[in-house]
Amino acid sequence: MDEQIAVRFEHFTFQYYAQAEPTLHDINLEIRKHEKVLIVGPSGSGKSTLAHCINGLIPFAFKGKIEGKLELDGQDTAGMNIFDRSIKVGTVLQDSDTQFVGLSVAEDIAFAMENDCVPQEEMKRRVAEVGQIVGVDSILGSEPSEISGGQKQRTTLAGVLVNHAEILLFDEPLANLDPATGKTAIEIIDTVHRTQNKTTIIIEHRLEDVLHRPVDRIILMKEGRILADTDPHSLCASSLLVANGIREPLYLSALKRAGVKITADMQPGYMDTIRLPEDCVEQYRAWNERQAAPEAAPEGEELLRVEDVSFSYLGQKDNVSSVSFSLRKGEMIALIGRNGAGKSTLSKLICGIARPDKGRILCGGEDTAPMSIKEIADRIGFVMQNPNQMISKAMIYDEVALGLRYRGVPEEDIRPRVERALKVCGLDEFIEWPISALSFGQKKRVTIAAILVLEPSIMILDEPTAGQDYKHYTEIMDFLEQINRLGITVILVTHDMHLMQEYTSRAIVMNNSRLLASGRPSDILTNRELIESANLKETSLFTLCEKLGIQDASRFIQNFIDFERKERRK
Amino acid sequence: MKTKLFSYSVGNTVIHKMSGGTKFLCFVMTSLAAMLTYDIRVLLFIAVFSYSLLPVAKITWKQIRGLMYYFFAFLWLNVVLTYLFSPEAGVEMFGTRTLLLTITSRYTITAEQLLYQFAKAMKYIAVIPMGMIFIFTTESSEFAASLSTAGISYKISYAVSLTLRYFPDVQRDYQTISFAQQARGLEMSKKAKLIDRFKYAAQIIFPLIISSLTMIEKITNAMDLRGFGKKKKRTWYSRRPMNAADYGAIAVTGTIAAVTILMMIFAPYGRFWNPMI
Repeated sequence: MDEQIAVRFEHFTFQYYAQAEPTLHDINLEIRKHEKVLIVGPSGSGKSTLAHCINGLIPFAFKGKIEGKLELDGQDTAGMNIFDRSIKVGTVLQDSDTQFVGLSVAEDIAFAMENDCVPQEEMKRRVAEVGQIVGVDSILGSEPSEISGGQKQRTTLAGVLVNHAEILLFDEPLANLDPATGKTAIEIIDTVHRTQNKTTIIIEHRLEDVLHRPVDRIILMKEGRILADTDPHSLCASSLLVANGIREPLYLSALKRAGVKITADMQPGYMDTIRLPEDCVEQYRAWNERQAAPEAAPEGEELLRVEDVSFSYLGQKDNVSSVSFSLRKGEMIALIGRNGAGKSTLSKLICGIARPDKGRILCGGEDTAPMSIKEIADRIGFVMQNPNQMISKAMIYDEVALGLRYRGVPEEDIRPRVERALKVCGLDEFIEWPISALSFGQKKRVTIAAILVLEPSIMILDEPTAGQDYKHYTEIMDFLEQINRLGITVILVTHDMHLMQEYTSRAIVMNNSRLLASGRPSDILTNRELIESANLKETSLFTLCEKLGIQDASRFIQNFIDFERKERRK
Repeated sequence: MKTKLFSYSVGNTVIHKMSGGTKFLCFVMTSLAAMLTYDIRVLLFIAVFSYSLLPVAKITWKQIRGLMYYFFAFLWLNVVLTYLFSPEAGVEMFGTRTLLLTITSRYTITAEQLLYQFAKAMKYIAVIPMGMIFIFTTESSEFAASLSTAGISYKISYAVSLTLRYFPDVQRDYQTISFAQQARGLEMSKKAKLIDRFKYAAQIIFPLIISSLTMIEKITNAMDLRGFGKKKKRTWYSRRPMNAADYGAIAVTGTIAAVTILMMIFAPYGRFWNPMI
């Protein structure tokens, strides 16, 4: 038996009892001790199932049929229970809220030790020690409601480290974090990997974000099989990523667009390592010149006007302070800023759920102050991030009809309107179906249909693509673009820079309850001062421009976006 | 928005310094005494004792006002219903009948009934301050540890702790869901008819249950992965050590419980001391 192997899958096949087909097919994989491995794959590729097999949730929480062998640390897992596994594998789950079971940071870190009957003095000592490693030592007494998502994730990591597990498993660590916080998370994972000498396994589909720090190996999964098992440079140079629904790093897409051929020798895995050929800059300039002038933003009539609006929850400091902006008909804009910047409070104000303490909001020239929430909802629709929080009916038809029924529309008028809305959303054939039969993306469409049926002129969507892989992200966004072309003005509330850059013509940046800037995405993303003060994350396109010495980065990025957009519409 | 089920009041009194387990045990013993006896003298003594502890713990009326209003509303309902359903219960218990007033043939007012109902109300009134003290002077992270000190299985104790932990999350989900429904035109304000508001509340409960169930599954998995339930026992990070004040408090409340029980066994009138005889 090889002492140096932390995880070994041998002809491993797994099938959930509820499924007709195996989710993992004949997996053969070895992960050496102290290695840092990234497992990527689109949704449904089996990467999460693989993670569950390693930490023991399979077979203990999720039942199914296992064939073949899985060894941890040279020991066959067949004879282990979930507790034996938890000593070897520490898991950081994607939802740091449900993993935070303690009533304070310190207590949560100590949770595993408490279960192991470690004496109190030793717990206090260990908590202080690991608290320092992950940087939560100053908030040990804080309650979960007082700390941010990033801090919760650090706490969870500390809670895993305290257990001396040799293998650290991160299941989609970036899913619930804003990009700037996600960047820090990747840095912490890297530090812990290096200083604590752990075997680190990261499951993610956001490849470029993980590659902010080096990994030893990337394993690409699709449809329950391992497609590639190689180093980041070779993988990025291959065509495997794009072919399998993984978004390649943006700087590589940009280089390819300009006709630069990417090879593994160029070390394209990371922005810091890539070596660009000499003639590359010239190739670039030429490409840039060839592009037509940027598309002009639509110049429709003014539809929404927010005038010097301030609002604060009872007894707190302003959550929105002196915000003014206006929106033209037919625009698709992004409202961006990190978590807690005031974006969702502003959306609530626009929808009338909360009312401004100061200032006014005009919709189509009319002041919304005297209108009821219902009346505002006829003009401005709101779609939540999680469709499960919106859906309250069992059947698709009833769900979409709900808003009309609230308004007392006669039943015979409801049917044609529901049919029309579902047709726009591509769900007309499912009209009599139960919602439970739909996928996540389809549920999202149902919630959009349920708003469309009210025929609003403006639609606000909160993080429409959160937690979606590249394929579903593209599907949802292309669909929203279609809706936008039907004449509906769209506001996307998001912290996703890609989304803003690729799909919107204008972005409004919020930070600390204030409106910081409003302008073209390409201008915002090339304004370093703004990026820093709003705690956004710069995209690799901007870094690429700097590396290439391109002066007018904004123009270049705009060209690239427009080019991609045209390609997409073909 | 920051919301909590109970608000811990920061303080440095002798009661704050006691272990949560002690406070819980004292609460249980005093409650035991109060629940068993109908001896109005004992109940009055316990009431005086527990109310005098409120200033010791520096708990102000303002802090407990809200809860107390609810408490008195329920108590009042209880008193009224008790009388409506069993107007002669006091007579049966105390064995004498001292008629004070006749309303109808069924509903009369007797001294025994008054005494019985007064004693019954006093049982609750006497122990409620002890409960408040436990809640307001124990840090929430110590609750579970306290319960397990008092001999309750740690799995059940931890369930209490989880309720405290996730209450704000569920509340936030409720707000989000309610927001979604209102943004679709659901009228939740006072303008809607009461019956409609009840009906509409169901529209919010359905998604809330779904989201809570998903949350519970995830929490269970996370706890399994960190070895919850591995051993028969567990230690508690936030348990406070016992000191002299703890033992003193246990001794005092223990004596109250013991004396009450002894009186019930050895006094000729048992649980029902009747001043009318």
